[in-house]
Amino acid sequence: MSVLHIVNKSPFDRNSLDSCLRLAKADSPILLIEDGIYAVQKNTAAAERMQQALSTHSVYALRSDLQARGINPDNIIDGISLVDYDGFVELTTEHDKLQSWL
Amino acid sequence: MKFGILINEGPYTHQASDSAYHFTEAALRAGHEVVRVFFYHDGVNNGTRLSVPPQDDRNISERWSALGQKYDLELILCVAAAQRRGLLDEDEAKRAGKDGSNMAPGFQISGLGQLIDAGIQADRLIVFGD
Repeated sequence: MSVLHIVNKSPFDRNSLDSCLRLAKADSPILLIEDGIYAVQKNTAAAERMQQALSTHSVYALRSDLQARGINPDNIIDGISLVDYDGFVELTTEHDKLQSWL
Repeated sequence: MKFGILINEGPYTHQASDSAYHFTEAALRAGHEVVRVFFYHDGVNNGTRLSVPPQDDRNISERWSALGQKYDLELILCVAAAQRRGLLDEDEAKRAGKDGSNMAPGFQISGLGQLIDAGIQADRLIVFGD
């Protein structure tokens, strides 16, 4: 059984990304949406955790939420894949359970 | 594939209602079925027909109504959450002795059992909230 983890809160605001990373099984994918997007940036207090997460999880970020926050594509940590809403839907079909870390 | 959608946050708060709308729309466009959209907690505020946002802003409740009509969606407000927040259909308004109802077209009031049922019927239940 595979679980898609969805994080919608900034790592600088809440601890939902930390909770997710602490409890998610290795290999289960993580999708960042809404303010969760802020975790994609290089050179932040959350970057090292994200970098580490990428060694055991595939990480996706919702492109439109990234654009809405004016994050420069050059400033995204290597290895994070961008998806649009069609890709978001596709990810949810590929995994048995969906866990939103609200 | 069958989806159930749960929305726990009101419109114009953070982004949950917008994300849920875009996700639901994309799922339907891809040919998936949405068995029910269930509005719970402050999410019931998505179902008011009295919202008047500025003209250059999206109208969240009207947008749900239109999507509901286009795809024959079940848009369900949790009754207990709705009554507390003053979201009333004709029947509930009459029963509570209020002077009017404010439910947007296509929305219905029902119980929490409809959320459980959506979880059983759907292959995936996705939660949007704060």
